[in-house]
Amino acid sequence: MSMGMTLAQKIIARAAGRESVEPDEVLWVDVDLAMMHDSSGPRRIWPALEKLGVDVWDRDKIVLVCDHYVPANNLAAAEILQTTRNFATAFGIERFHEAQGIAHTLMVEKGYAQPGMMYVASDSHTCTAGVMGCLALGVGSTDILGVVTTGQTWLRVPHTIRVQVDGELRPGVTAKDLILTIIGDKGMDGGLYQVLEFVGTAIEAMSIQERSVLTNMCAEIGAKTGVVPADHVTIEHLAALGIDASEGPTSDPDAFFAQTWRYDANVIEPVVARPNRHDDVVPISSLGRPAVTRAYIGSCTGAKYEDLAMAAEVLRGRTVADGVLLQVAPASREALQQAMSDGTAQALMDAGAHLLSTGCGACPGIGAGILAAGEVAISTTNRNFRGRMGSPESSLYLGSPYSVAAAAVAGHIVDATELMGSPT
Amino acid sequence: MSDIQIKTTPLIEGRVWAFGDNIDTDVIVPGKYLLHDLPEIAKHVMDGIRPGFAAEVTAGDVIVGGSNFGTGSSREMAPRGLQAAGISAIIATSFARIFFRNCINVGLAPVECAESGLIEEGQTVSIDLAAGKVTIRETGRELDAVALPPEIGAILGAGGMENYLAAKFAGDRS
Repeated sequence: MSMGMTLAQKIIARAAGRESVEPDEVLWVDVDLAMMHDSSGPRRIWPALEKLGVDVWDRDKIVLVCDHYVPANNLAAAEILQTTRNFATAFGIERFHEAQGIAHTLMVEKGYAQPGMMYVASDSHTCTAGVMGCLALGVGSTDILGVVTTGQTWLRVPHTIRVQVDGELRPGVTAKDLILTIIGDKGMDGGLYQVLEFVGTAIEAMSIQERSVLTNMCAEIGAKTGVVPADHVTIEHLAALGIDASEGPTSDPDAFFAQTWRYDANVIEPVVARPNRHDDVVPISSLGRPAVTRAYIGSCTGAKYEDLAMAAEVLRGRTVADGVLLQVAPASREALQQAMSDGTAQALMDAGAHLLSTGCGACPGIGAGILAAGEVAISTTNRNFRGRMGSPESSLYLGSPYSVAAAAVAGHIVDATELMGSPT
Repeated sequence: MSDIQIKTTPLIEGRVWAFGDNIDTDVIVPGKYLLHDLPEIAKHVMDGIRPGFAAEVTAGDVIVGGSNFGTGSSREMAPRGLQAAGISAIIATSFARIFFRNCINVGLAPVECAESGLIEEGQTVSIDLAAGKVTIRETGRELDAVALPPEIGAILGAGGMENYLAAKFAGDRS
């Protein structure tokens, strides 16, 4: 009996040169696209590459991004960036971007990730690019050394969980609230080794940027990756960049899904993850208004143009509360430019926001804006492991751009729709 | 690329340090140490959850964890740091997939064992990777572990991905 294949199986089968593949098979596959960044890339793999005495397999299939240590604020960071630049020159990597944005945002924004691709990159949020209907697999540095020297990697064929979300998100409720709700339900290991495929009317109605919040946080549920089957929204996004792409593979009607998780978008509420565990998720309405000292809008999860625009909706005509520092680190130059062109950035600045450089910033605890012991923060980022964004004695809530902006104004965590219902 | 033979993997034996579920890479190697070199990083492994841990480790010790060990960032310095601190293997109910790959790539044995919760801190375990067995010395209890598929065992057996690639490219040249 032959059964249909999932989207993930189809991409793997094609990349392995096979008619079909079965879950749990271990295979070597050809990679279509690879990405590495300043933290996981040249600084880690160049010495080994020299020792091996080989060139990169295909410089046109490699993207290199400086985002973790941009801008350098100490000599070690400056040298990491210089090594990355030198690598781009030495190996002729043309798709090299410094200070243009966070790698995962750029892979989507610039149309590098396309439907049906086998994409491998040395970062755990590589899964973000699954929003384009490709199989986006995060690996570590030495794995990417293997990829950029051979053009191949090994993988275990995953099972797929279908995440079926129908209905319509209410105003003020975002993809971030949806994915946090799912992670809260299933736990941070709820998707271990599996692919999450997002389908349903609520997903179809979302923009690429909102959909990418879902795929981005598949890392936080332990999944191998997340994917949204390409549709007209995906194709239009690429067409606007002058890229002519076809919709790519979709799961067969008789494909086997290990599980189906069903959600009704209409009943999703604004939620936050409480400090130290991103699967400790509660509705803001049941939280009891904890005070915050810091509100952070940043990262590949929560500082794209639409995230900045959501924050501006709340902040327009309001000001940041005394005792709160609101910081905004746009996910890309493009996001900032768009926000500058339509008044979004002005609204953030007028409210009292402190504008930081584009890049990974404080999210991985490396860049500007990290937290001191005793600080209580709410952030649009994706992780709040103990000490993630600075001191192990700081407290970090995760929420949507609406929720972070509302907390900045109120001085405590509050439902943004409640705040916006009251006069400015 | 799977024509490389698995070398005979010696038995690993070591004293156990026990941790819980979802041990993340931010507690294994906090982001602030990623600027530093490996010897410095090794001094701070597990600082986020058990300060002073690295100083207590003796070469050959084994870490035992619960589910989703190594969740979080793709930083390879997490397994490299543990290895440099003297850890010889990690036994867990399940691993975060990038951490698992990183272990293989740096030559540190990741051992999936559904009954890892039965192993207690301070006990000594011996691990037979090829057979997929973990034995608790004190009690003599033998636990089943997942034997590595040959494609992956070949990389670990070579001592990690760098050696594996070196052998591959040497083979291509000859």
